[in-house]
Amino acid sequence: MTEKNRFSLDRRRFLVVSAGTGAGLTLGVLLPGCDGGQAAAPAPAPSGPGKAGSQLLSAQTFEPNAFVRISGDNRVTVIVKHVEMGQGAYTGLATLVAEELDAAWSQVQVEAAPADPARYNNLFWGKIQGTGGSTSMANSWEQMRKAGAAARAMLVAAAAKAWAVPEDEITVSEGVLSHAAGDHQASFGDFAERAAQQPVPGEVMLKDPEEFRLIGTPVPRKDSKAKTNGTARFTQDVQLPGMLTALVAHPPRFGAKLKSFDAAKAKAVPGVQQVVQIPTGVAVLAGDFWSAKKGRDALRIEWDESDAFNQGTPELLAQYRELALKPGNVARDEGDTEAALRAPGHKTLQAEMTFPYLAHAAMEPMNCVLQRNDKGVEIWNGAQFQTPDQRAVAAVFGIAPEQVKINMLYAGGSFGRRANPQSDYVSEAAQIVKASDSRVPVKLVWTREDDMRAGYYRPMYLHRMEAALDREGNPVAWRQRVVGQSIAAGSAFEGMLVKDGVDVTSVEGAANLPYAIPNLRIELHTTQLPVPVQWWRSVGSTHTAFAVETFIDRLAAETGRDPLEFRRTLLKKHPRHLAVLELAADKAGWGESLGEMRGRGIAVHESFNSYVAQVAEVSVHADNSFSVDRVVIAVDCGIAVNPDVVRAQMEGGMGYGLSAALSSEITFEAGSVVQSNFNDYQVLRIGQMPEVEVYIVPSAQPPSGVGEPATPVIAPAVANALRAATGRYFERLPLALSA
Amino acid sequence: MIEFTLNGTPRQLDVAPDTPLLWALRDSLGLTGTKYGCGIAQCGACTVHLQGTPIRSCVTPVSAAAGKAVTTIEGLQLSSARAVQAAWESLDVVQCGYCQSGQIMSAVALLSRKPEPTDKDIDEAMAGNICRCNTYARIRAAIKQASKALS
Repeated sequence: MTEKNRFSLDRRRFLVVSAGTGAGLTLGVLLPGCDGGQAAAPAPAPSGPGKAGSQLLSAQTFEPNAFVRISGDNRVTVIVKHVEMGQGAYTGLATLVAEELDAAWSQVQVEAAPADPARYNNLFWGKIQGTGGSTSMANSWEQMRKAGAAARAMLVAAAAKAWAVPEDEITVSEGVLSHAAGDHQASFGDFAERAAQQPVPGEVMLKDPEEFRLIGTPVPRKDSKAKTNGTARFTQDVQLPGMLTALVAHPPRFGAKLKSFDAAKAKAVPGVQQVVQIPTGVAVLAGDFWSAKKGRDALRIEWDESDAFNQGTPELLAQYRELALKPGNVARDEGDTEAALRAPGHKTLQAEMTFPYLAHAAMEPMNCVLQRNDKGVEIWNGAQFQTPDQRAVAAVFGIAPEQVKINMLYAGGSFGRRANPQSDYVSEAAQIVKASDSRVPVKLVWTREDDMRAGYYRPMYLHRMEAALDREGNPVAWRQRVVGQSIAAGSAFEGMLVKDGVDVTSVEGAANLPYAIPNLRIELHTTQLPVPVQWWRSVGSTHTAFAVETFIDRLAAETGRDPLEFRRTLLKKHPRHLAVLELAADKAGWGESLGEMRGRGIAVHESFNSYVAQVAEVSVHADNSFSVDRVVIAVDCGIAVNPDVVRAQMEGGMGYGLSAALSSEITFEAGSVVQSNFNDYQVLRIGQMPEVEVYIVPSAQPPSGVGEPATPVIAPAVANALRAATGRYFERLPLALSA
Repeated sequence: MIEFTLNGTPRQLDVAPDTPLLWALRDSLGLTGTKYGCGIAQCGACTVHLQGTPIRSCVTPVSAAAGKAVTTIEGLQLSSARAVQAAWESLDVVQCGYCQSGQIMSAVALLSRKPEPTDKDIDEAMAGNICRCNTYARIRAAIKQASKALS
């Protein structure tokens, strides 16, 4: 170990809690803000978010406030501050602690952290606890390893004292402390009590990557068993004494208001208990879902639609097209793009790319359980944005955010949706409880139709692309105008994300174009519409990667150059882009013939500091349909903490993007959302899933994200493959061979 | 009063006969392993076995189960079920996990009917089960692994 591995620990920031109860003694490594004098009782065998939430709360025994807890029965509990929504955060963050602690993977279990931004904030987001932007691993990388290393040091100190041997003669492996001479051996549990009495070390040593024995290996997921036998608990599964289920009748169009309603028939439905007006509609509360649904169906409501959104998708596109002809706010400007585009002898190419609104359509439609009590409010939710949700609910009730307690459940997918800047569905649950003056828990359930029509879509976008090639076929100018709504504007994130009139999430992936082109101009027109919009897995890259990567392919094709070779030439200063590009191309057999009506396409894109290249192979069929047969993915995400989870995120992230590439779109007719459910909002099914191969670039860089970066790359790879197969260019998503 | 056999045990239920079996299971009987995903038999998250056949419980009225045997994820006993769940775990198929009860119920039914399914059999039998995490490649692999373990 070298000096660079030495990390100081501010003792005031790491406190020890030792608490004796019949259930055993615990060692906790705590972060600032904890009350060190407050006894923390050990958790009653928690594993998974649900148990850390409702059971503990109902027993009112324990409020976890540590990253690691070691109990007398030799269990190591890692407390994870990020939601587990499929991305593997529980497994990954537990791996970091177990690595530095030298615990056995089998003794490690995971518990969800409570909502407390002072201790469990996302280190990249200031004082906000939340999950997003593929940051869980990256922001926790040092924090969780330090927690594990500090706990290990204290166990070693306790053993050294008990055995009267020097600390450096003690080794730790697989959860066992041993004296080098072989005369002493003990488990973590044996020393949990005495370790808690040791002083917190002033500094800890973290391992060199070559010393890792868990990091970099495919340790099994901690949530596999519960999610395979039906016992994993999601918000939808929360059942509490006296709980009511609420369904809400929402306005038929965005911006419509409630004029009047008649609840007589709804109240006559057996099981319906209350009907209340809330700011977002009319809520029906009943003893169970089906009664609430029947009650909602029986409501008679008149809406005032005079100020409601009334446009259709074609009209919006026409307005966007007009806007794209004019200069927008500048996101990046290098050289003299206008002059280079018009210079004599330059060949100019243009394209207009369009992208529809998209729903997240997580398998678990949005829902939230909320109860008002004497202390404040208690929430049960697979929360992705704990701190904003606390603030929003506190505002509804006029209480302090700390009085809002969140019990974490597994999230049945999210893809960004549960990180809502307005805390929309959580606030709605709060409004129902407030309006009904309920003291029992209320579970707000959205049907699939409610979920799909509630908005907060990936915004619709139009890109106007223009580029110039010189006489030798080198790209010398590139202008990209993006038109669409801002996700950040009007939210608490505006100050952080909107700069000089440019929402950075609207142009990410375009404004940081890696290709060496001397004259560059990226512009943005931000439109204002009442359609609520939000981040959707990989955010700006969902559209910018397609626009950039298909247009680059087009420039290559127009000059008769191989798309891989063309990219290589322009990416000389970007070794990480190049490495994934070469790896994917090599493994895919780039350049080998595929035969008639088949094609291979390549795309590369960086998002969230991770680099992904994909090669797609497609077949075009006689009926003008096509299939995606094989996808080869190469990724550089720094150190792959768990290569199997990285592979899973590459496979799944690609598949998520493939749904949008092939079929998903939300459209409007006279202000109404056309789609309602999986019958008309088409998503990928098993028969459409291509063969997938994933290759990981070895790296010693700190880990970056893997949840999102595979998603934006597949659509341009498939479009480029279709171009190779058909000779045609594709400028809209979802892709269609027939015009 | 509706009577049926649930996971091997006779049950009586006093709910409106048009209540979907899904909500009877979840809200009346407390078995939450079977999930709500769409309510219109499009996503398969609610798949259970009725007399051994996979059905979408979200569109099946509880009255249709009268006198019959219902099996949910909580009551899987078949050898094919053990093989499927073992394969699911060993390949770490799950991500968010919300659809997986339904996926497993469909996979178990497939292997009970056809112990050595082809790729086409798998795609057809699993076509009604959506996974938004897109774990499809691993679902295919796990079904094949379970099939191998059973033979």
